[in-house]
Amino acid sequence: MAEMKATRDGYGEALVELGGVNENIVVLDADLAGSTRTSKFRDAFPDRFFNMGVAEQNLINTAAGLAACGKVAFASSFAIFASGRAWEQVRNTVAAAKLNVKIVSSHGGVSVGPDGLSHQSVEDISIMRTIPNMRVMVPCDYWEAKKAVKAAAAESGPFYIRMGRSKSPVVTSEDDPFEIGVAVVMREGTDVSIIACGIMVEAALRAAEELGETGVSARVIDMHTIKPIDGSAVINAARETGAIVTAEEHSVIGGLGSAVSEIVVGECPVPVKMVGIQDRFGQSGHPDDLMREYGLEAKDIVAAARDVLKRKSKPRYG
Amino acid sequence: MKKYSPELINKLTDKARLLRCHVVEMIARAESGHPGGSLSAADMIAALFFHKLRHDPLKPDWADRDRMLFSKGHAAPLWYAALGECGYFPKSEFARLRECGSILQGHPDMLKTPGVNMSSGSLGQGLSIANGMALAGRIDGKDYRVYVLLGDGEIQEGQIWEAAMAAGHYSLDNLCAVLDFNGLQIDGRLQDVMNPEPIPEKWRAFGWNVIEIDGHDMSQILAAYDDAGEVKGMPTIVIGKTVKGKGVSFMEHAIGFHGVAPTEEECKQALEELGCG
Repeated sequence: MAEMKATRDGYGEALVELGGVNENIVVLDADLAGSTRTSKFRDAFPDRFFNMGVAEQNLINTAAGLAACGKVAFASSFAIFASGRAWEQVRNTVAAAKLNVKIVSSHGGVSVGPDGLSHQSVEDISIMRTIPNMRVMVPCDYWEAKKAVKAAAAESGPFYIRMGRSKSPVVTSEDDPFEIGVAVVMREGTDVSIIACGIMVEAALRAAEELGETGVSARVIDMHTIKPIDGSAVINAARETGAIVTAEEHSVIGGLGSAVSEIVVGECPVPVKMVGIQDRFGQSGHPDDLMREYGLEAKDIVAAARDVLKRKSKPRYG
Repeated sequence: MKKYSPELINKLTDKARLLRCHVVEMIARAESGHPGGSLSAADMIAALFFHKLRHDPLKPDWADRDRMLFSKGHAAPLWYAALGECGYFPKSEFARLRECGSILQGHPDMLKTPGVNMSSGSLGQGLSIANGMALAGRIDGKDYRVYVLLGDGEIQEGQIWEAAMAAGHYSLDNLCAVLDFNGLQIDGRLQDVMNPEPIPEKWRAFGWNVIEIDGHDMSQILAAYDDAGEVKGMPTIVIGKTVKGKGVSFMEHAIGFHGVAPTEEECKQALEELGCG
């Protein structure tokens, strides 16, 4: 059994490490420092931490002002509030002016659990991805979360990085390489490719294992950067395996599945099936129950893979 | 009240007149824009750019400069007039306001215009940004000041009050907001559209030092900025009572000139009234 750790803990620890080596790092939160784990930075560097209270629009633009004066400004809240409540501030101020603001959210997806739909976010990847200049990352586990945060800090300009609330299996190691915009092939395969992000990467690995037991060779790709997406990894998956399943803890409208499909239809059309939330809001429940309810389990990925494999066997093209 | 030399007052009054000339001419040539709110704030802005601000047009990114932000981004022509007059860019650029590819966008864009410290246009965001700049100055131990021009209609935005609360909470005494209180917005009089009064009491309640002045009286304007710099432990807002369209008879108090350009004939008359050579 893999070790269980939350991505938000990777964020909090990365911030403390960054704060120790770069005095230009500042962190802002909107009364959720304990939940987003920015409290770790607050306790280590109180002079460089600013609580904005329950005021997300002010949070984003204050970060913008700090960034305009040379700071690397991290701003955090829950995914729905950081992306949704302050979307226009992100769009008109942070992104339009390419300011050095890193919006790192926690509580992405429905695995938030019992707090229910108001505190879950199934649209954030979509609405952040559509903004020019914005880069979007969804790390798959604790180690990748840490690396994504550090990589974003080293790169000038805006980022949106989505973390989760719940502990999730650690599927990468401290030594694995990480580069913004470069997908990681977690498992080689030739019959179908599963392109996943966030905690769905681990589900994809289990699905690939199960498919393997029935003779299907599934490639698993960890697409931690949704924008700029690794187009070559998508094209290679399409060309070499001929069928794609995407898996995300997010709406199928506008998220990873859409981003992958945008590449596939333009470059190398093959059957694509999206595992994700089917145009629904979340609800209260235990995270495991919610993942089942919304079709976000390994068995759903297996079913999707079998479906695209059938379509692949009756090619419409060429 | 502090005394300022007649030479200084005359110089700044004439600069304000010159800014108004540029504003009217720029907007008329572009055939779109917002003259009313640029003309109302011209005196308070002239005092900053030609006297109060520590800045260097040759070094627009100078780390120790005072920061000037226009949160009411629709007054961009006034900002451009001041920046051009100071020498941040050639005044020949005025002729390209609002054209495709121009460095002078319809609303301020910090990536395109030297001296524009922050993009704006969507109302309500500038005070939060100014707070961030003031906080950065504090943690860096720098003594620059941050000035932000707010519109009176703009303070209907909820985010303004989030930012007002934060500036009071963090005791940002290196921050000075300037409110262009001209009493009119696009849809009519403030008090009819959505009455934000009593305005001074609101800011005081959020922990601000409030200075109320006639926003066209240069002595009062200079005194307000000087007093603001001496107040410790709290941010200051200078509430300048102004006349929308100030300086052009047919634009004064005229709601219609919030966001409508003067015709060629109107422009000619306006420039004559302002004494633009």
